[in-house]
Amino acid sequence: MATAAAHQTHGTEERRAATAAYEQAFDTAVAADERIEPRDWMPDAYRATLVRQMAQHAHSEIIGMQPEANWITRAPSLRRKAILMAKVQDEAGHGLYLYSAAETLGTSREELLDKLHSGRQKYSSIFNYPTLTWADVGAIGWLVDGAAITNQVPLCRCSYGPYARAMVRICKEESFHQRQGYELLLALSNGTPEQHEMAQDAVNRWWWPSLMMFGPPDDESAHSAQSMTWKIKRHSNDELRQRFVDICVPQAESLGLTLPDPDLKWNEERGHYDFGPIDWTEFKEVLKGNGPCNEQRITQRRRAHEEGAWVREAAAAHAAKHSDRTGARQA
Amino acid sequence: MTAAQTTVPTTAALALGDDALVLSHRLGEWAGHAPVLEEEVALANIALDLLGQARVLLSMAGDEDELAYLREERAFRNLQLVEQPNGDFAHTIARQLYFSTYQHLLYAELAAGDGPFAPLAAKAVKEVAYHRDHAEQWTLRLGDGTDESHERMRRAADALWRFTGEMFRPVDGLDVDPAGMEAAWLESVEDVLRRATLPLPEGPRAGGWTAGAGRQGLHTESFGRMLAEMQHLHRSHPGATW
Amino acid sequence: MTNTDWPLWEVFVRSRRGLSHTHAGSLHAPDAEFALRNARDLYTRRGEGVSIWVVPSTAITASSPDEKDPFFEPAADKPYRHPTFYDIPEGVKHL
Repeated sequence: MATAAAHQTHGTEERRAATAAYEQAFDTAVAADERIEPRDWMPDAYRATLVRQMAQHAHSEIIGMQPEANWITRAPSLRRKAILMAKVQDEAGHGLYLYSAAETLGTSREELLDKLHSGRQKYSSIFNYPTLTWADVGAIGWLVDGAAITNQVPLCRCSYGPYARAMVRICKEESFHQRQGYELLLALSNGTPEQHEMAQDAVNRWWWPSLMMFGPPDDESAHSAQSMTWKIKRHSNDELRQRFVDICVPQAESLGLTLPDPDLKWNEERGHYDFGPIDWTEFKEVLKGNGPCNEQRITQRRRAHEEGAWVREAAAAHAAKHSDRTGARQA
Repeated sequence: MTAAQTTVPTTAALALGDDALVLSHRLGEWAGHAPVLEEEVALANIALDLLGQARVLLSMAGDEDELAYLREERAFRNLQLVEQPNGDFAHTIARQLYFSTYQHLLYAELAAGDGPFAPLAAKAVKEVAYHRDHAEQWTLRLGDGTDESHERMRRAADALWRFTGEMFRPVDGLDVDPAGMEAAWLESVEDVLRRATLPLPEGPRAGGWTAGAGRQGLHTESFGRMLAEMQHLHRSHPGATW
Repeated sequence: MTNTDWPLWEVFVRSRRGLSHTHAGSLHAPDAEFALRNARDLYTRRGEGVSIWVVPSTAITASSPDEKDPFFEPAADKPYRHPTFYDIPEGVKHL
């Protein structure tokens, strides 16, 4: 494996030959399930795909704080409040791990945040739905985190080392997120009739958007094939979606709640649950910015960043004044 | 068992528990709004420490959820300082500096004794030492950062100054030396402000309305709204379990 | 770099006494004191550590993947550095 630095050879011919050699070394490493590390040579498109994916993932974590933070101040018991605060905090932490991983490819967090704030980079569309009742906190934990985990576990073996390592840490920490959501819904389902209804209503609203989290069907997925070859991705969208449905059906039964899909039934032949058609028009609309909360989420994010500017400036100014003492380096 | 041992110092447990509960709630309001991601994590850590303390303290006085969710505003015994709205980041830091300096002195003293709060205080004093350090580090940076941050920090330190006298009113069942604590508090806060190039606020540290009022159940206007938000879901479903 | 852009720090955590510090990840901080505190909040909030180092990312000099062969391959053909290289008669103990 070689670095981009050594790339600066002389003639075009030589450069082309060198690139071919690097490319082959890269392909061999990926095929052999070796990890690619930050300073290794990598195809430009691989780098771009990773930066895009890691950034989008990081953005999803920090935008994803909002719908749940919406209920911190109203959590109905102190135990639930502590759990929710810890969970939202974890999401900030996970955003940080992922921005760090993206930064190993030479893109600064400032740059990535700027792209998020200006709408040039996306985050998971699921967070453009509102949390209307307390039960939504449970539905997010069970379904949204459940779908995220199904997506993320294979990423622990992603070919890019820093991303894979961040995902190992994230998956380990997230195991409590899904369980707390399930437990929360269970308490509601077994609670008063009003609480039960609240839980069912939340599941009705979050089920389909959760299925959309796996992305468009395989035959329409733009980046899938290349990402599979590069081992950034290990399973297809439809494969993961099916896995998620199969896991959820018995869990819903134990909860005493119904998944809002009349076509949901066990298919003996396939060994999987069949499920009804997904409304991809809704998915595309939300993706385009027409979801119920797109504007609100990005506005809040931008505002927090802008209102915090004077604080970040102050700390930087202080560090510059006292750099001898604090050992800070201003690049 | 003697009478002294069976008496739960309810007034004191509520006072300290409400302080921790209310401040934790205020800090929780920062979630998703902090000036930088690293600070999201830091503020949540402090809020979680305080919530943990609140749960232990309220449980000494009764059922934690009943106390948190079903008392009226006038029954809360927290300091007015901790219920003050977050304001800008400088206000939050000034509130943290004033309160955590007090709480650190208080818990250090309680931990050294053998009263009913000693076990909790022994654990909490370490958490609070960290909160105090966090507030101090930020006060230094905001005070001695840019002109704007200096001005904001100065305004915040001034604005909250009048709520700081209340901390040193004696509380029933708290076996501490308020006068000694107050002297140590002033010395410590003065030192941080001086190093942050900030003037010591000049106004009174307590007025007719603020002096010991929170501990008697007299609060400021924004507190009622905070409680309404905190309690509404719990109160909407009487008797439900969550 | 704008003046609101804090430098990047690498974080190393000792998970328990007796083990060495291991790279945990990175973060942004305006100065070393805050880097340490942010690292504590971020990388040890589940009790993962007993000691933390923070190092400005710019202070790290790394070997280059290009130098991988001259750097690391020569060590591969010196089997006599490993105890398994040596034949010891069966039954000899404590060796």
